[in-house]
Amino acid sequence: MSDAATDNGRRRFLAITTAAVGGAGVAAASIPFIKSWNPTLRVKAAGLPVEVNISKLEPGQMIRVEWRGKPIWVVRRTQEMLQDLGLHNDKLRDPLSLEPQQPAYATNTTRSIKPDVFIAVGICTHLGCSPVYQRDGFSGQMEGIAAGFLCPCHGSGFDMAGRVFQGQPAPLNLVIPPHRYLDDERVIIGVDEEIG
Amino acid sequence: MSRLLQWLDERLPVTATYKRHVGQYPAPKNFNFWYLFGALSLLVLVNQLLTGIWLTMSYVPTVEGAFASIEYIMRDVQYGWLLRYMHSTGASAFFFVIYLHMFRSLLYGSYQKPRELLWVFGMVIFLVLMTEAFMGYLLPWGQMSYWGAQVIISLFGAIPVIGDDLALWVRGDYVVSGATLNRFFALHAIALPLILVVLVFLHLIALHEVGSNNPDGIEIKKYKDEDGWPLDGIPFHPYYTVKDLVGIAGFLLVFCYLIFFMPQGGGLLLEGANFEAADPLKTPDHITPVWYFTPFYAMLRAIPDKLGGMVVMAMAVGMLFVVPWLDRCKVKSVRYRSWWHKLNLLQFACCFIALGVIGLMQETMLLKVIARILTLGYFGFFVALWFYSKREPTKPVPERVTFR
Repeated sequence: MSDAATDNGRRRFLAITTAAVGGAGVAAASIPFIKSWNPTLRVKAAGLPVEVNISKLEPGQMIRVEWRGKPIWVVRRTQEMLQDLGLHNDKLRDPLSLEPQQPAYATNTTRSIKPDVFIAVGICTHLGCSPVYQRDGFSGQMEGIAAGFLCPCHGSGFDMAGRVFQGQPAPLNLVIPPHRYLDDERVIIGVDEEIG
Repeated sequence: MSRLLQWLDERLPVTATYKRHVGQYPAPKNFNFWYLFGALSLLVLVNQLLTGIWLTMSYVPTVEGAFASIEYIMRDVQYGWLLRYMHSTGASAFFFVIYLHMFRSLLYGSYQKPRELLWVFGMVIFLVLMTEAFMGYLLPWGQMSYWGAQVIISLFGAIPVIGDDLALWVRGDYVVSGATLNRFFALHAIALPLILVVLVFLHLIALHEVGSNNPDGIEIKKYKDEDGWPLDGIPFHPYYTVKDLVGIAGFLLVFCYLIFFMPQGGGLLLEGANFEAADPLKTPDHITPVWYFTPFYAMLRAIPDKLGGMVVMAMAVGMLFVVPWLDRCKVKSVRYRSWWHKLNLLQFACCFIALGVIGLMQETMLLKVIARILTLGYFGFFVALWFYSKREPTKPVPERVTFR
């Protein structure tokens, strides 16, 4: 035991540096615990593209397929549905699809590659429920609009191009997944021209 | 026996702890009906821990096995149906007693100085309890489990910039999946119960440090006899243990009736859609959370903006945390406070209940408008409280506790 007076400044310096190094160690040790919550490689691999045959799809009919665990809708729109699309732009949040919710090749009035075939991720942009396709009877939700998609969770409505109506909780149009046509009958969802 | 106790006492403060927290804990002698709910929530906590541990013995936390294992518990495991109904009804009972317990504190100003930290511990318990209930609800892997979780986790997506990545991190997948189920099971069965028990311990230690409030909102420590015992205090045991036993008997009467005769509680305790296995491709036509979340859910639905709705919902809980600092009145109990305060508390309770009812109903334009008004009333409570409590005309507070 030395008789020298305690050097408080030195003690404080040592205490603070020890705490800082220890804190950095704890922070580093927390990384595996946090990172282990991220999607695993297996989950990422499950997001492979899916192929859909649309030759038997009737006008007005919808089929659902699964891609990355999400419901993907494929709807063949009728002539009336396509004509109605241009009539209610004033009631939509984003009628011209300015928000990047779709690939460049689907940034058009029908939000699709082929005008009649509508392909979208069937998940509401509000809180992730899957809206219900209302082929007729949608006018009960939106006056004067015959067909559309209605989210059962919080009542957001989308038109037949997946564009959200104003005054609804959903902020954005439905997402159009990357996709391309292999031929007239087959479409592949999950890849577009550049990657595929 | 006494020699064994002496041996123990020399090594562990058994007798001292018993005296401090039970045998000689001075509780105000004027506790009324409202003071039962603390003991009742402790009882329900024990019920949830016990039945929960037993349920994990037969439950399988995988996408393939979860729903089937619940059926297995209900049909094949001896008394499995009882354990599960005790657990599912217990969840609702937990929130019922906790809401009344919290309202008691609002009535008698039990959050005021020096009990602010006690109140904050209680609020953290409430928050953990909500998380616990939400995660437990995913485990049966029914339709409502699945889509309820999908909606709530998507709430994180509303946070600017980091939202989508955060939601992805919580789910561990692009949608709610087996990864989500596994981690929710781990949190529901291990992490959160541990935290809950520690918090309840802290809540009780903090309570016994400052002493219990009472319906008159006065400190019984002010008048003590020559031994330092408060004149208006009686030992917790046997006086309040016996009183709580009567409350527990009454509670169990209702609780057991629900378990045995209406375990689904008309769709309030267990929702119909959850008797169908989760289908990630199809949302049920009508999604509602369990009743104890509906007041907050109704607020979320009433706001026509994703981020705004989430902020309002978070604020609805967050505001309660700061009540001790919003209330600037020196008088604690509602008995001696102004009509302003009485009416404000009443409208607050009415708004909360009405929002809860609306949250259960299918949304219409009219309900949306009503829900917005009620949301204003809910938040109005806090704003009004801050303004009038500073110079509130109050009645004279008695020196000693009263009975009525």
